[in-house]
Amino acid sequence: MAVLVIADHDNATLKDNTHKVVTAAQAIGGDVDILVAGTNTAAIAAEAAKIGGVRKVLTAESAELGQGLAEAFQDLVVGLAGGYDAILTPATTQGKNFSPRVAAKLDVAQISDVIEVVSPDTFVRPIYAGNALETVQSSDAKKVLTVRPTAFKAAAEGGSAKVESVSAPAAPAKTHFVDQKIVKSARPDLGAAKIVVSGGRAMGSAEEFQKVIEPLADKLGAAVGASRAAVDAGYAPNDYQVGQTGKVVAPELYIAIGISGAIQHLAGMKDSKVIVAINKDPDAPIFQVADFGLVADYKTAVPELMGALG
Amino acid sequence: MKVLVPVKRVIDYNVKARVKADQTGVDLANVKMSMNPFCEIAVEEAVRLKEKGVASEIVAVSVGPTQAQETLRTALAMGADRAILVQTDQDLEPLAVAKVLKAIVGEENPELVLMGKQAIDGDNNATGQMLAALLDWPQAAFASEVVVEGGKAKVTREVDGGLQTIDVNLPAVVTADLRLNEPRYASLPNIMKAKKKPLDVKELGSLGVDTAAKLKVVKVTEPPKRSAGIKVETAADLVSNLKTAGVL
Ligand SMILES: Cc1cc2nc3c(=O)[nH]c(=O)nc-3n(C[C@H](O)[C@H](O)[C@H](O)COP(=O)(O)OP(=O)(O)OC[C@H]3O[C@@H](n4cnc5c(N)ncnc54)[C@H](O)[C@@H]3O)c2cc1C
Ligand SMILES: Nc1ncnc2c1ncn2[C@@H]1O[C@H](COP(=O)(O)O)[C@@H](O)[C@H]1O
Repeated sequence: MAVLVIADHDNATLKDNTHKVVTAAQAIGGDVDILVAGTNTAAIAAEAAKIGGVRKVLTAESAELGQGLAEAFQDLVVGLAGGYDAILTPATTQGKNFSPRVAAKLDVAQISDVIEVVSPDTFVRPIYAGNALETVQSSDAKKVLTVRPTAFKAAAEGGSAKVESVSAPAAPAKTHFVDQKIVKSARPDLGAAKIVVSGGRAMGSAEEFQKVIEPLADKLGAAVGASRAAVDAGYAPNDYQVGQTGKVVAPELYIAIGISGAIQHLAGMKDSKVIVAINKDPDAPIFQVADFGLVADYKTAVPELMGALG
Repeated sequence: MKVLVPVKRVIDYNVKARVKADQTGVDLANVKMSMNPFCEIAVEEAVRLKEKGVASEIVAVSVGPTQAQETLRTALAMGADRAILVQTDQDLEPLAVAKVLKAIVGEENPELVLMGKQAIDGDNNATGQMLAALLDWPQAAFASEVVVEGGKAKVTREVDGGLQTIDVNLPAVVTADLRLNEPRYASLPNIMKAKKKPLDVKELGSLGVDTAAKLKVVKVTEPPKRSAGIKVETAADLVSNLKTAGVL
């Protein structure tokens, strides 16, 4: 048995999601290899090589891989697939972009958003916005999975795997990168943060969102999230959306401010350890999942909270 | 330019799914069903392309039971020109749906397939990317803006960390994200008109596509329940509770 894990990184540093997917790979069993595809791969591979229990780290470098073009990742991973029984990718936007192409090319199912490995061929995944959990058994010889990182503990460091480079595929002929706008933030990653502070439609404007949510997040060393309504209205960037169709988070502490708690939002945060809701409507559904609810206008409650935190 | 828009009939997004007591699936009896919201966004985008004079014909296609005709009628009422139902009572996996759609693409030869990024029942987020791979077409998944010009689509995509813009040569597959547009409501006159638009029904078997399931559903269970906690009176109470809980 051999399992290939596709590393999550931003062409600069390795993301913790990789460690979590390695844990899922180890639950399947056999040799675990990591593929680092993109640019600046030597430095990232050096970090990946430190993850315990990894056999080797493969690197592939090209501009198109660095741009995350799905066609380039498809060609690379399909080319390597012969040596593996399972291919695991973090269920990030990037993973979701290319992994189904790999599965289709191999004529196997993709099992999306795996949250538990029951056995090497049986997996659990949420469906219907997490209102049901489906256990599926695969009859495919090769398994292609996207793995929800928040459902697995990070594999420990302590390894010293060897690093090998493999050749990058030719540039895709029919897809071309134009540009990108990446929101730079000094805050922790949403997916990895211990505390997340999220704002909803109640903020009413981008200025208010920045004035209310960001200082609280700064004080707590937290990442910032948002509801779909807040993102749609332009109060926060798209990348902040927490939910069924956005990011899934499971921090130690999730603070929802002016968020009603629609099923689609709950799907992205209800596995948080402790949930706090601040909402002026005592009947808001968010209170049904909150460990601590404060029925209040955020305009007074958040400054008081800042004060109480000292 | 012809645009193909695959649409799926799913549980309405306002309805909370309930797991059946025998753990075989989710109870869909007497539950409100609607067009998958991401598919609505895809239909809307196709209609806007037609209004701009970029698209010439919009063909909506659904793979599903007889009742999916209602979903297709909704697409027709929003502005699609004709519809195809590939009828089956089987619940197909994304790869099988992608193979069926590939066969329809072979018959229809669209230059653009515009579809949803995710169906909110299975939450797979896979069919569009699989279709693109099977066709060896370029893809632009999670689109928040689409501009079609000179045989290409320039697509802005929602990615980890922000937005990315790519150019894809047509024909291509584009999947819609939430911010692409806000779908219109069909007007009553358009709903009436939609009843007369052509809707072609094909049996799944007639396409000769291998749609065998690769996954066996062992069971469907309820997620662990989270119970409501306590209401605190003040921000200071909140902070002391969080300290006791060990998260501050
Ligand atoms: C296909 C689809 C996918 C979706 N995916 C997602 C997703 O991934 N993530 C997501 O979040 N949503 C998603 N949604 C949207 C979801 O259904 C809700 O519309 C959204 O979560 C609502 O956002 P909100 O809670 O900020 O706004 P609202 O529901 O409008 O709630 C605002 C809340 O703020 C409270 N409030 C107002 N003023 C104050 C005040 N001064 N002080 C305190 N409280 C106040 C109100 O009482 C209310 O509860 C999706 C919807 C669809 C159809
Ligand atoms: N049975 C189906 N019939 C038509 N289109 C479908 C079907 N299943 C999935 N799709 C399309 O594929 C998209 C993504 O679905 P999924 O990969 O299942 O999350 C949907 O938004 C639809 O556009």
